[in-house]
Amino acid sequence: MLMLVNNLTYRYNAGTPMESVALKDVNIQINKGEFIGLIGHTGSGKSTLVQHLNGLLKPVEGAVYFNGEDISDPDFDLKSLRFKVGLVFQYPEHQLFEADVFSDVCFGPKNMGLSKKEVELRAFTALKQVGIEDEYFYQSPFDLSGGQKRRVAIAGVLAMKPEVLVLDEPTAGLDPRGRDDLLNMLKSVQEETGCTIVLVSHSMEDVARYADRIIVMNKGEVAFDDTPQEVFKHRDELKSIGLGVPDITETMYKLKEAGFKVSTDVLTVEEAVEDFIRGNRC
Amino acid sequence: MLRDITLGQYYPVDSVIHRLDPRVKLLGTLLFLVSLFINDNFIGILVAMGFLVMAIELSRVPFKFMVKGMKAIAVLLMFSVVLNLFLTKGTVIFSFWKISITKEGVYTAVFMAVRLSFLIIGSSLMTLTTTPNNLTDGLEKGLGFMKYIKVPVHEIAMMISIALRFIPILMDETDKIMKAQMARGADFESKKLIQRAKSLIPLLVPLFVSAFRRANDLATAMEARCYRGGEGRTKMKPLHYQTRDYLAYVIIIAYFVLIIMAKRFF
Repeated sequence: MLMLVNNLTYRYNAGTPMESVALKDVNIQINKGEFIGLIGHTGSGKSTLVQHLNGLLKPVEGAVYFNGEDISDPDFDLKSLRFKVGLVFQYPEHQLFEADVFSDVCFGPKNMGLSKKEVELRAFTALKQVGIEDEYFYQSPFDLSGGQKRRVAIAGVLAMKPEVLVLDEPTAGLDPRGRDDLLNMLKSVQEETGCTIVLVSHSMEDVARYADRIIVMNKGEVAFDDTPQEVFKHRDELKSIGLGVPDITETMYKLKEAGFKVSTDVLTVEEAVEDFIRGNRC
Repeated sequence: MLRDITLGQYYPVDSVIHRLDPRVKLLGTLLFLVSLFINDNFIGILVAMGFLVMAIELSRVPFKFMVKGMKAIAVLLMFSVVLNLFLTKGTVIFSFWKISITKEGVYTAVFMAVRLSFLIIGSSLMTLTTTPNNLTDGLEKGLGFMKYIKVPVHEIAMMISIALRFIPILMDETDKIMKAQMARGADFESKKLIQRAKSLIPLLVPLFVSAFRRANDLATAMEARCYRGGEGRTKMKPLHYQTRDYLAYVIIIAYFVLIIMAKRFF
């Protein structure tokens, strides 16, 4: 077990009339090498939760442990935690600031205090991992397209070689092609480096295809925490919290209701077709 | 860290002061500020304090919320008090080495401290009880007569309301960018001045970029809705005086007269 979130409660503006509860008694385990999908409706507390994972927010109650150490402990080295738990914010392209792409990616590793050679090597590797071509390295990041900017920003976090990579809605505002490319890229990064990935999203489709485990958040609480197959069995509960199941799973449910012999725990179109043929041979 | 700035923040509770017409509050604040500077005796201070305490009580905004706003000017306050205390010439009442404190020095120092702190509390009381929208509406209508001498009142009010509207947005944005850079190991808490200034670059560049982007978007959105200035524009909630507003005017003017009397007769 790499990370443990224990009875975490968080309130914004604690102690003022604007106080609002963002997280209520959240318990989560994150194991090494997992690909976790964190799903929830807007305002369900998923962004607040991920900011606790690298110590940007301090729990009001409860604690977060990394490798068995309490990260709110005054002796704990938060700065080094932020290199181990890499957090990519929503619209990460808004954080770019350097004069060229390459130096922007260097910012993270440089803050780690690595040698110049190592910094540049890491920046180079990270940019290659996210699929940015050499020709863009010395351009201004502000001249790139939206999708490219986002890749550069993600590379900026990857270059720190984090053990846990947390991405807050990395596909927001991308077209379907850009979304698939980005998610495939993440999967291959994980296969290459063996890091743990926490992917925050409100799209079931995104998460169903890539995650080994799904955590569903609702109104600041964990509603479900299981494998995609198990979680999508709760179709009606998911609908009632405004989420629903992936389109293909929904289709299988409808087919079953119409009297076909199909199973409802498939997650991809390929599985669905196979299952349908197996069960309904004329 | 940025949340400590209370000046210009709205405190959402329901009270008589909150419901007053913004024009009343604007004039009231203006007269209060003027009264602080024409007043030159202790009776006046007591009257002003009474007025302020009454307004704070009525507003139901916790007092500690206003004191928080004082922190920002604490240095300025100390500075002016200390300078006045030691550098005013007059009858010496206490002297040690090269430092001497005069009667006049104590007098001006106390007055300075009272004026500055009342000024801050008074004006933050107005912003704490008035939404920015209401405030600019009040400004626009209250100063409406100035259109006739070719002052672009509507445009100025619009600029102020946009500026006020953008403060929380930019604060949020700053917070977000700061966190994003901290996630990449940026250090905003360094003690060394040059390093601290350098560490602001990763914050300021994205902030300016986003401010320009937002300004551009807003201009496009306004044009798309055919915004063309104040001429012929109507309000969804036009301002109308109620009985309580007239009553407030009477109290404010009575207070002002009292201050002038105090100056005259004591």
